[in-house]
Amino acid sequence: MMTETHSTLTKNIAPVLSFTVLVLVWELTVRFAGWDANVLPGPYNVLESMIELIATGSLFKHTVASLFRVTWGFYIAAMLGIPLGIILGRSQIASMLLNPIIHFLRPISPLAWIPLAMLWFGIGDQPAVFLIFLSSFFPIVVATTVAVHSINPTFFYVAANFNFSRKEVIQKIVIPAIIPDIITALRLTVTIAWIVVVAAEMIAVQSGLGYLILDSRNGLRLDYVMDGMIIIGLIGLYLDYIMRRLGRIESASWGIGQQ
Amino acid sequence: MGHIQTNNLCREFVNRRKKKREDGKYLPDEKVSVLEDINIEVEDGEMVCLLGPSGCGKSTLLRIIAGFDKQTSGSILIDGKEITGPSSDNIFVFQHSGLLPWMTVWQNVELGLRHMEDVEEKRTEIQEYIEMVELDGFEEHYPRQLSGGMQRRAELARALAVNPDILIMDEPFSGLDFLTHMKMREEVVNMHQFLGKTILIVTHDIDDALIMGDRVVVFSKRPSQVKMNRKLDFPHPRIVFNKQTELSQLRDELFLMLGVSYAV
Repeated sequence: MMTETHSTLTKNIAPVLSFTVLVLVWELTVRFAGWDANVLPGPYNVLESMIELIATGSLFKHTVASLFRVTWGFYIAAMLGIPLGIILGRSQIASMLLNPIIHFLRPISPLAWIPLAMLWFGIGDQPAVFLIFLSSFFPIVVATTVAVHSINPTFFYVAANFNFSRKEVIQKIVIPAIIPDIITALRLTVTIAWIVVVAAEMIAVQSGLGYLILDSRNGLRLDYVMDGMIIIGLIGLYLDYIMRRLGRIESASWGIGQQ
Repeated sequence: MGHIQTNNLCREFVNRRKKKREDGKYLPDEKVSVLEDINIEVEDGEMVCLLGPSGCGKSTLLRIIAGFDKQTSGSILIDGKEITGPSSDNIFVFQHSGLLPWMTVWQNVELGLRHMEDVEEKRTEIQEYIEMVELDGFEEHYPRQLSGGMQRRAELARALAVNPDILIMDEPFSGLDFLTHMKMREEVVNMHQFLGKTILIVTHDIDDALIMGDRVVVFSKRPSQVKMNRKLDFPHPRIVFNKQTELSQLRDELFLMLGVSYAV
C-alpha cells in the first residue's frame, strides 16, 4: 500500500508543502491581480492583523465563545440523540411513531430555525446552542438507528442463550457493537456543528468567530475576516483529529490494530 | 439431564417472494414446509449427528430446540417439558463465530458465570475452562486476534462454562482447515466422553458423523423427513476406511443416500 511505503517524515512534510504552495498562490494572486488590499488582503497583511488580534486577546475570546457553544450544542445532541437512536433501533413501535417526524424535520436547515430560535431564546448563547443542537441531533439519531439495525443478529441469540436481561443486552451487546459507527457519525457531525456555529453567530450573538467575521466585514476589515476563516479551518482540522483519535481508542478495544 | 423428544414436529415458512418463481415451484404467500413429522428421541448424554442435504431444515430443527424459533405444529420436549424460549440449559454453538468481538476470551467465557458471587471461585473456574480448550495465555486476546480453530475452542469453553445439559452445534467445523478440523473433532469426542453431555451436531461431513456420533440421523430433501435413524455402537477410536467393514459399508450407503457415489 502507498501509506506503508512512505515514511512518517514524508507524511509530515506533505501537508506543510501543500500549505506553502497555497500561500504562494495566494501571494502571487495578490501581487498580479491588481486588486485593492481592501478586497483581497495578502498573506503578510493577514498575518500581521492576526498577531494584532491575538495581542488584544479578542481572537482568543471569540474562539472560546464559539467552542463553548459548539461543545454544549454537540454534547446535548449526542446525549439525547444516541439514546433515542438506540430506542428507535430496538423498538419497532417507537420507530413507526417517531421516524416520520424525524425524517420530516431532518432536511430543514438549522438556519431556517434562526427566527424562531431568537424569539424563543432571545439574544445570547442559547439560540446558538439550540441551532448547533439541531444541526447535530438528527444526523446522530439516524446514524445510531442504522448502527443498531446493522448489529449481527447472532449476538442477540447469544444474549438470549445466556439469559441476558434487557439492561444487559443494551450494555453488553448494543452499546459496544455500535461504538465504532457512532464515532464515525460524531466525526462527521462535529464538522457540521462547526459550520453551523459560524452562521448562527452572524445573527444572534455579539461574540464568536462568526460575529468577528460579520463585524469585520461591516468595518471593511477583510484581513480580520480572513483571520476568522483561518482559525475556523484550523479548529475544524483539530476537531477532526480528536475524533479520529477517539476512533482509534475504540477500535483497539475491539481488538483491531493490536495484532 | 438432556433428554430430547420430538413428536410429529412440523415447521412451515411463508414464502415471501412476490412473484412466481420461474419454475413455478412456489407461489407467493404459499406455505413451504421445511420439517415434516419429525419424530426423534435423543437420550441423555447421547451425541447425535444430523446429516442431510443443504437447506433441508437441520439448522431449523436446532434453532427450535435452542428456543430461537418455534415449530408450526407438533411438540418437542426436553426432559419432559415444553421449550419456552432460549435458556442457558441448552447452549448453541454458532456456525460462524458467536463470540462477542468486543470482549476478550476471558470476558467471553465469563458470560455464563457472571452471576457467581464468589469472585475467587469464578476466577478459577474461568481459568479451568480456558485451560480445558488449551487457550491459556490467550485470556486477554480478542476474538479477532485468534485463528479460526482457536475461536471455535474459545466458544466451546464459553458454552461448557455454563454447564449446560445440551450442547447444540451448527456445523462447528465449517471453515476450518483440514488438520484443525481433525483436531477439533478429536477434542469434541474427548470432551463428550469426559463430560457426557447431550450433544447435537449438524454436519455436512459424513465421516464426522460416523466417527463422532452415538447416533446418526439423516434427513431427506425439503420437506424433510427422517430418512435414517441409526445407532452407532462402535467403540472409539473409530477407523472408517478399512478395518471395520460394517462402518465403511454404512459410509457408502450414506453417500448414496445423499445422492453422491463415493467411488468415482
